[in-house]
Amino acid sequence: MIPTLFWTDGLFFLVLVMAGALVLVMRRREHFRRPWRTVSRSTPAMVSLVVIAVYLAVGIVDSVHFFPRADAAGSAAGANEPISLLDHWLGGLRTRTEKTYSEPFAAYAYAKEHLPTADGGQRWDYPRLTYGGAHLVDPESERVRDIAVTGVRGAGQGGLMWLIAAAGIAALIARSRREPIGRVVHRVARGQTPLPWRAMLLTLLLLCVGGGAIAEWSAHYHVFGTDKVGADVLYQTIKSIRTGLLIGTLTTFVTLPLALVLGLAAGYFRGWADDLIQYLYTTLNSIPHVLLIAAAILLTQVYMAKHEEAFASLALRADLRLLFLCLILGLTNWTGLCRLLRAETLKLRELEYVQAARALGVRDHGILLRHILPNVFHIVLISVVLDFSGLVLAEAVLSYINIGVDPTTESWGNMINSARLELAREPPVWWSLAAAFVFMFTLVLAANLFADAVRDALDPRRAD
Amino acid sequence: MGAASMPLLQVANLRTGFVQGGEVVRAVDGIDFQVEAGETFALVGESGSGKSVTALSVLRLLPQNGRILSGSVALAGEDLLQLPELMMGRVRGRRIGVIFQDPQTSLNPVLTVGTQIGEVLAWHGLRRGRAAVDRTLELLEQVGLPEPRRAVSAYPHQLSGGMRQRVMIAIALAGEPELLIADEPTTALDVTLQAQILVLLKTLQRDLGMALWLITHDLGIVAEMADRVAVMQSGRIVETADCKRFFARPEHPYSRQLLERLPRLSACRDHRDAGGDAPPPTLLEVRDFKVYYPVRKGVFQRIVDQVRAVDGVSLELPRGRTLALVGESGCGKTTLGKALLRLIDHNEGELRYDGVDLSRPGSDDAQRRLRAQMQIVFQDPFSAMNPRMLVGDIIEEGLRALRPEIGHESRRERVETLLVSVGLPPDARSRYPHEFSGGQRQRICIARALAVEPRLLVCDEPTSALDVSVQAQILALLVDLQRRLGLSYLFITHDLGVVAEIAHEVAVMFQGRIVEQGPTAQVLLAPAHPYTRRLLAAVPKLRCG
Amino acid sequence: MSAYLIRRLLYAVPLLLGVNILTFLLFFVVNTPDDMARMQLGQKRVGPEAILDWKHERGYDLPLLWNEGAEGTAQVTETIFYQKSVGLFLFRFGRSDQGRDIGADIRTRMWPSLAIATPSLVLGVTVNVSLALLVVLFRLTYLEFWGMALCVALMSVSSLFYIIGGQYLFGKLLQLVPISGYDGGRDAWRFLILPLTISVISGIGSGVRWYRTLFLDEVEKDYVRTARAKGLGELRVLFTHVLRNALIPILTGIVVLLPLLFTGSLLNESFFAIPGLGSYTIDAIQQQDFAIVRSMVYLGSTLYILGLLLTDISYTLVDPRVRLH
Repeated sequence: MIPTLFWTDGLFFLVLVMAGALVLVMRRREHFRRPWRTVSRSTPAMVSLVVIAVYLAVGIVDSVHFFPRADAAGSAAGANEPISLLDHWLGGLRTRTEKTYSEPFAAYAYAKEHLPTADGGQRWDYPRLTYGGAHLVDPESERVRDIAVTGVRGAGQGGLMWLIAAAGIAALIARSRREPIGRVVHRVARGQTPLPWRAMLLTLLLLCVGGGAIAEWSAHYHVFGTDKVGADVLYQTIKSIRTGLLIGTLTTFVTLPLALVLGLAAGYFRGWADDLIQYLYTTLNSIPHVLLIAAAILLTQVYMAKHEEAFASLALRADLRLLFLCLILGLTNWTGLCRLLRAETLKLRELEYVQAARALGVRDHGILLRHILPNVFHIVLISVVLDFSGLVLAEAVLSYINIGVDPTTESWGNMINSARLELAREPPVWWSLAAAFVFMFTLVLAANLFADAVRDALDPRRAD
Repeated sequence: MGAASMPLLQVANLRTGFVQGGEVVRAVDGIDFQVEAGETFALVGESGSGKSVTALSVLRLLPQNGRILSGSVALAGEDLLQLPELMMGRVRGRRIGVIFQDPQTSLNPVLTVGTQIGEVLAWHGLRRGRAAVDRTLELLEQVGLPEPRRAVSAYPHQLSGGMRQRVMIAIALAGEPELLIADEPTTALDVTLQAQILVLLKTLQRDLGMALWLITHDLGIVAEMADRVAVMQSGRIVETADCKRFFARPEHPYSRQLLERLPRLSACRDHRDAGGDAPPPTLLEVRDFKVYYPVRKGVFQRIVDQVRAVDGVSLELPRGRTLALVGESGCGKTTLGKALLRLIDHNEGELRYDGVDLSRPGSDDAQRRLRAQMQIVFQDPFSAMNPRMLVGDIIEEGLRALRPEIGHESRRERVETLLVSVGLPPDARSRYPHEFSGGQRQRICIARALAVEPRLLVCDEPTSALDVSVQAQILALLVDLQRRLGLSYLFITHDLGVVAEIAHEVAVMFQGRIVEQGPTAQVLLAPAHPYTRRLLAAVPKLRCG
Repeated sequence: MSAYLIRRLLYAVPLLLGVNILTFLLFFVVNTPDDMARMQLGQKRVGPEAILDWKHERGYDLPLLWNEGAEGTAQVTETIFYQKSVGLFLFRFGRSDQGRDIGADIRTRMWPSLAIATPSLVLGVTVNVSLALLVVLFRLTYLEFWGMALCVALMSVSSLFYIIGGQYLFGKLLQLVPISGYDGGRDAWRFLILPLTISVISGIGSGVRWYRTLFLDEVEKDYVRTARAKGLGELRVLFTHVLRNALIPILTGIVVLLPLLFTGSLLNESFFAIPGLGSYTIDAIQQQDFAIVRSMVYLGSTLYILGLLLTDISYTLVDPRVRLH
């Protein structure tokens, strides 16, 4: 096992570290603690946060990459491609591929084949799947019962895990508030805690029970069916989580520096700097974003085609394309925030405390750093959380036009793109779309609800 | 006979609160009063005492989080709080008219004046068509708008502040109400306009025979206008009295406090301070100072004209003295103050500080330090401090910038000494500005300015955002600091009462120029320029009637 | 007023120049025509002659900015920049890499785009504004709460799902309308109604939320309190006072989009096989036709800049306070 770090892995962890540092800094500032306390009391926001945390955990596990043992026979295809910790854990899902489409929980394939009969002849029928429901002797009679039993068993295991987690949380609350644990449990159950623990724990219960059942099922079935080449759809949609999260977060590496530096400079120094920066973002804004992204992606393809030797590994190639897509999205995305920051800075620089600082002989960089930046920072935060869901949605559209992530990268966009024509089949192949829809909708909805709460709490115009 | 003896408006045990974070914060806490038909009733109190909330409760126009908790509001015997909303719509605008404080924001910016008045006539079914137009013109004439015909089709932004308030009055009168509520009707206006609007209100009330319920913080206005007065303090009415009796013998201690703290023109400061010494040397000298704003026009934004904000001002400020710069809003006094501190560039003129010419451009360190000897205290203590910084950091910011050599410990000591000297506890250092009241914040602002040991403070209306009782304390602090530290003040204000209290000399500014300048007593008691006389005439006198 | 307009028009010149130079840099400098040729002709083992031929056919075999070999003005005109970029200023789009006349393509394809984008915008705004007004009218009730919750849910669904789901439901299951296709004649509406419905529905979530905030911003203002103090009913307050003021940001927000109606909607057109400029662009991207993509970038930018200009004008028309100098 040789660990390896992709560009996007490194940057993703950097984002997480920076977010963590930001949380620490904000904890010490009263004016940030107050709005965040409001957020922490909002039920939709905290329920969403639980969901986002689960997605984030998957994304993190999927961002630890390594080469599987090098001593294994190098002849196995793809042995030199790195896999992630998640791949390692979901090993079965990854390798148990069927021939082609199969319905969720199916034991038989989607298409008929010529099958040898016992008497040596052939019949035209649905073949059994290699893995899905393979343990059943007679699927017709046993399958439904087996699904129910497995599901209940999985749900029970999930519920047990939840119980342990909930007990741990209750113990922690009891310790920090110096209350008997019985009282804490009672108050949580009645929803009388300042943080909406009851709703959060219920969400967690739902996720645990559902996750447990799916985990148990997926050992014997394809819970979301298989796609055209027989790959497990559940595996694809779980892998897509990382792509979605990266698109939503790495973009900030371009957006924030550009918007902050240029927005503050334009608003504070005014004059020619303002003219120039305004010209810059109006020009950039006037180019239709999709076309700008398309042009940039086309150019990357040309570049990669030209320098093929530099992108030897398929995974590296896909990774760089993902990174590049994030950067391009950032490049088209910073203008909105920049304009907001410029307008706010223009307002702030005329405020009396800025004038007082100037009268006190404080220099420009001191004023920008101590007076302007802290007072526009909530705008930056709001814009980052608001943009996240839009970016996740944008990925799907871009992948549909073939200017999104690499076709070999698992993403919801790619899933939709490859499955969208299959609804026309008879019977329709709906499960890839359904899986992508459920996982994507959950993340985007949670992100939207959380963003709303953050905006309501941090925007001083809405706070009162 | 029963109906005749019934008061027009009877408010009984009214309680109103606001829902904030799941709790109800009381704003009006069980008040009783009545307004008789045809009288002028004044509800007086400082900001936040709940007087505007009372009016909004009566009209049932509280903001979304406002709640009427209990009580009754009877208009000619009918309880308004029990009426269904539909019926309440026939009371508002028809039987009770209302004028709000700020005509700038209270008129719909995209509808013409005529539409906004005609709407009331049509809605309440008073006049239609041609008659409505005539009535609108009549109303506009009644409130003294010049050229009513033109005003009908004008948008609010095309009118001046005083004219806008007249339109507001016309709207309130359109329904021919029995009761007119005027909530701080002149606070947003200049002194000279204030007087005109007050006279107008009084005439209208007399001519139309309606009751006038005046809400104000200004006892001068009460003395001039009211028949009866009620004093409100933190949600309660502490005293209700006949106006004459109130000014002669206030009963409640709070009322007395309010009356005592009213600045009086007669108590001019130079009488008290007049020492026999020779006049002190000049600290700041300004000659022919000009600040112009360019007016740009045309395709290439050429400068076609100048707005002469400050148009050739000459001033002299002696060491340790206070020069009051008096004028109405827009006369250029704030621009002048900021330009002296080089927060705004000036176009022409000479600026000598302690004999050194500061008007030339350049920003080397010596100049920066010299300029820091002039500091400024702003009007609004709420926007004057960075809400994201601790009070200690705010005060020591100037020290860090100008004296980086001072160590952490001694800086801290300096901050604590400063806080004590402006009358605040030293531990205020580690708190945020929003934890302090308006007056306390203004003290912090003063401490911030004093941190760099200035010799000249430009005070830009430092008390006009504060309540009367707090005003007096801040003025006393300024006078005390002047005595102890030998500071010079350039005191910018529109309030002649404050001038009398604090200034040695007065300069009256009008349209960018100084029209009159001299010792305070001379200017206030024997004004020479007609504009000064107009200003003085507009100050409400504490005489009842 | 006219001076202001002239100034804004003049400001469009550097903007267009900026866009032009940016596209030139992107398409000819970052990647050379040689790279494009290799990409188009297949990656490997392409002889230099084939590349030269490909470039010559499309006029990419000239120097970028300065032709040393030519005489006089030809030194400037016989270059890629002059031939390919300067012409854009006059809307001379030239030929696509496949040899089609881009200008002619645009002229025929803009009509279907317009036919679908215009009613989508009009209907979308009408529906969203009405729903937002309704939500504001019932503010602080359960209707508002659940309405807004529904909006958040609606805007959390990818637009792809609206299209795929709509096609499946109305086209396949219910067989009400054809799934895709276009006909310019009388029957056009049969093809338009599904994309139209879907584009309206997919815009409801974010649209209603946006207009609602505009209305709520106004509802809090002092002049609304004055209107209530006049005794006006809630409906009257909303329609004459709030709506009239909120119309300013609403209208100006729409005006900037008007010119872009010509370029149509990328997703709708491609899913429904409508032969407009949106699907034209997508086809070009997928066929990696740089000439068309470049033309569409420039066309889109020009229309956006035109939209900015129209916005400035519309301010003067709807807001009595604005007088432009």
